[in-house]
Amino acid sequence: MTHRPIHELTEAYRRGDLTPTAAAEDYLARIGALDGKIGAYLTVVRDQALAAARESEARWSAGSPRGPLDGAPIAVKDVLCTAGVRTTCGSKMLERFVPPYDATTVERLRAAGAVILGKTNLDEFAMGSSTEHSAYHPTRNPWDLTRVPGGSSGGSAAAVAGGLAAGAYGSDTGGSIRQPAAFCGVVGMKPTYGRVSRYGLVALASSLDQIGPFAQDVTDAAHLLAAVAGHDPLDATSIEAPVPDYAAELPKGVAGLTLGMPDEYFPDGMDPEVERAVRAAIDVLKGLGAKIERVSLPTTPHALAAYYVILPAEASSNLARYDGVKYGLRVAGRDLIDMESRTRSAGFGAEVKRRIMLGTYVLSAGYYDAYYGKAQSVRTLVRREFAAAFAKVDLIVAPTTPNVPFKHGEKQDPLSMYLNDVFTIPGNLSGIPGVSVPCGFSAAGLPIGLQVLGRPLDEARVLRAAYAYEQATSWRSRRPELT
Amino acid sequence: MIERKDVEHVARLTRLALSDAELERMREQLNSILAHLDTLRAVPTEGVEPTSHAVDVVNVMRDDTEGQCLSQADALANAPDPSGDLFRVPRIIEE
Amino acid sequence: MALATPGADVSAAAPKYETVIGLEVHAQLLTRSKMFCGCPTTFGARPNTQTCPVCLGMPGSLPVVNRRAVEFGIRTALAFGCRINDACRFARKHYYYPDMPKNYQISQYEEPLAENGALEIEAEGGTRTIGIQRLHLEEDVGKLLHEGTLETAQASLVDFNRSGVPLMETVSRPELRSPEEAATYLKAFRAVLIFLGVCDGNMEEGSLRCDANISIRPHGSTTLGTKVEIKNLNSFRNVQRALEFEERRQAQALDAGERIVQETRLWEADRGYTRSMRSKEFAHDYRYFPEPDLVPLQIDRRWVEEIKGSLPELPRAWRRRAVAQYGLPPYDAEVLTQSRALVDYYEAALHEWSPAAGAGAERPKILSNWIMSELLRVLPGDDERAIGASPIPPARLVGLLQLIENATISGKIAKDVFQKMFDTGDDARTIVERDGLTQVADEGALGQVIESVMAANPKAIEDYRRGKKEAKGALVGQVMKATRGKANPALVNRLLEDKLSQT
Repeated sequence: MTHRPIHELTEAYRRGDLTPTAAAEDYLARIGALDGKIGAYLTVVRDQALAAARESEARWSAGSPRGPLDGAPIAVKDVLCTAGVRTTCGSKMLERFVPPYDATTVERLRAAGAVILGKTNLDEFAMGSSTEHSAYHPTRNPWDLTRVPGGSSGGSAAAVAGGLAAGAYGSDTGGSIRQPAAFCGVVGMKPTYGRVSRYGLVALASSLDQIGPFAQDVTDAAHLLAAVAGHDPLDATSIEAPVPDYAAELPKGVAGLTLGMPDEYFPDGMDPEVERAVRAAIDVLKGLGAKIERVSLPTTPHALAAYYVILPAEASSNLARYDGVKYGLRVAGRDLIDMESRTRSAGFGAEVKRRIMLGTYVLSAGYYDAYYGKAQSVRTLVRREFAAAFAKVDLIVAPTTPNVPFKHGEKQDPLSMYLNDVFTIPGNLSGIPGVSVPCGFSAAGLPIGLQVLGRPLDEARVLRAAYAYEQATSWRSRRPELT
Repeated sequence: MIERKDVEHVARLTRLALSDAELERMREQLNSILAHLDTLRAVPTEGVEPTSHAVDVVNVMRDDTEGQCLSQADALANAPDPSGDLFRVPRIIEE
Repeated sequence: MALATPGADVSAAAPKYETVIGLEVHAQLLTRSKMFCGCPTTFGARPNTQTCPVCLGMPGSLPVVNRRAVEFGIRTALAFGCRINDACRFARKHYYYPDMPKNYQISQYEEPLAENGALEIEAEGGTRTIGIQRLHLEEDVGKLLHEGTLETAQASLVDFNRSGVPLMETVSRPELRSPEEAATYLKAFRAVLIFLGVCDGNMEEGSLRCDANISIRPHGSTTLGTKVEIKNLNSFRNVQRALEFEERRQAQALDAGERIVQETRLWEADRGYTRSMRSKEFAHDYRYFPEPDLVPLQIDRRWVEEIKGSLPELPRAWRRRAVAQYGLPPYDAEVLTQSRALVDYYEAALHEWSPAAGAGAERPKILSNWIMSELLRVLPGDDERAIGASPIPPARLVGLLQLIENATISGKIAKDVFQKMFDTGDDARTIVERDGLTQVADEGALGQVIESVMAANPKAIEDYRRGKKEAKGALVGQVMKATRGKANPALVNRLLEDKLSQT
């Protein structure tokens, strides 16, 4: 039953062929058997999951399931607060932190009847593109255990790819859902900024973070997104617009849609296998009736730099609170300042410290205009260019990543790691929705992702194009071999 | 170019205690990253407003009504050094 | 740390220096809930029982702006004649301190709620207008307690109940010229806030806090001297004392050829001096940037007009009108404006008693006398709630005064009735009838009492005939006693006078 998408599981629940409890047991057994190799999970909540599964089963028996996620065995990135269950953010700083509250997303999932199996691994405080920077253990790519699953939501991506969860949630600030989805051969979506409440999402960069789903197919992604999207009075940046029925829109196809191919997303030097797979995918969409046009987004080469000013600045501010006073790690010191300094030095890993230092520097007196002010203006240019492109095209299609999954330890230099996100960062800077859908494999059998980006709040059209492509191909039937 | 004293100053501002070796490595890495970030200077942004808010929304406010508080137990549950009703911290020495 | 020489008086030394003072006032707003979350703002609760993930700065928490706090800010800004900005934004202000859960405070920086207002105060030499540079909203921090004193404590303790309470910060222009003026400004400022109902002005509980910036310069100079910030000023008296000390300290330093160090000093009220907080290596780098978790506020002009329409008449304006229109002495007007509830009480009573203008010209003063001597004897005049909930509402007080006016009871009896009204909640007429306090004004009945008193006090009559006028008073006293105080005194006097002159 593993590797059956959620919509097939719930269909089986409806027919009585399968119970939510049996499904949960099966997933928990697989986690027990395989997660030692993959390292997708940080915390498994067996008792809670089985209790939720039993409750779901009662509802299905009574013929009154709550919706498409009732009984769905899912995992949640350990950056979303779960009441009573430790939430570590992949850091020693929060190793024993137990939130007294649920994130809004988690609340909505519980209300939908989902069965939360556990919390997944991530790069520490969501800073990274490989899940090598977790303070606990690295996560391995189920397709090749010597390679990274991408990051920062590598645990969630690997869990879905490896059959250790039927679906999962992650967070995307610069590509942290889309890039690992591409690396792990699953569907991953970042919604429009503000579409999903950030209340209870441990903040990395407040103006860029969004929560989104990992799924085995686009239909599941649609349901997983719909269950958590929508206005939240606890998040002042959440959007009030009603949530469409994404799943209902999926079969509308791409005939009559115009898709833009940005020149800047097919640069010289990108991995030729990735380029080939993505171009072939775009041809499939053309064959399905979409019109393809070239677009230009000239500020793209500068988006990375703008991002790496804005993100560290906001992150350094969001992480200032970790000081050993109210919660989290405390290392004893001779006085308050000594305690705080020792605590932060022991609690944060190298990448986190680097970004905190960078962020503090660019915000400090005398540098604000040159860095932060400048970067936010460049960000405006990026937004404007997307808006201009979307005046001509309905969607933008591009690679998700410039590369295929690399080996653990391969990218030591911070800058080379940052380059993984060149194609995903602009979507975050602009706040537009984007999905990565599997579009092939390298000769070595490593997954490649196609990225579809859309106008703000146009998730329905983004998903519909991804669905059309997915249904015309069969990448999703290929699974990693794991024993 | 960031100098060693700049790195020390920033580390103090953000309460990070870095060893000499770490300070030096940090200085190198920050300089290399900043060199890349300096490429932003070349982008023409005359008259381009900085994006300070990611949504085009204004005036989100809440009514002045009382909501649910945490119990004192929950508020203190994660405290590294709870002391009766309060959070205890080591002595404060003015900088 | 040098104590200023007692008696070294800046002003006495034929003004060598002039003083420049600016005040920064933080007022806790009387909202039900906190600035960015729904926790209650009530004072005095058990520590850490009024907190939530937001005001504790827990991971994943997010702020949402309290509309009423913005409304109160606009009200205050309008009362001071400020310009309400079309758009304002919140910003993060970063520094480390254990009472600040996020280690940044959500405040306002480049785009505050309002700017450029003023407050008129009575100063030596007449009315002065003190500029108010800006007014903005921010969140309060928690409370720190030390195990011992700050210097000797091995540990400190934090209570986050206060964290997140809405604060309104106003910064005056450096236009106050003396410590006394500063205290006057603060009093007047506080009175306005209480009048508007936006702050309770309680300095002991910390709902109104004040920091001062003070510098001195040679008389006639136009450049500002080095300013020193003074903190820990928790009463008007301490504001004045601290600034007087600081004036002297700076003058002495300059006289001795020393430089004034720009720094923050704490006022030690018990010891009577300011002391330097251990010098900071560098000025705070607050690293302000716009708060990404909140969206900008674009203040709707209609909302501002609505709020403007609901502004009460402010103390100074009411006092001017009361003197001109009601003929009240300035002293009475001053007493009555110690709270909005008291002014409202007065106006309600006056309106009830004297709705037609011009009728009963002495009534405004009678009313104010009764409020000042009787009502304020039993209720605190600056306690909005107490006055508003007075057991003797305005109409009832008027009922009592009408009974005096129509001679049903004497003024003296009325005081007793007042106390009984306060204690029982009954109205005047009920008490007078129940206790049989109606004034005796029947000439015949009184005449008989007077005759029997006169018959019983021949000596007093004798004394009176011989010129001792006070003997008459004794007879009046006897009549009052015989009637258990109910005799109409004026009538007694007249009748007694008649009878005494007859014999």
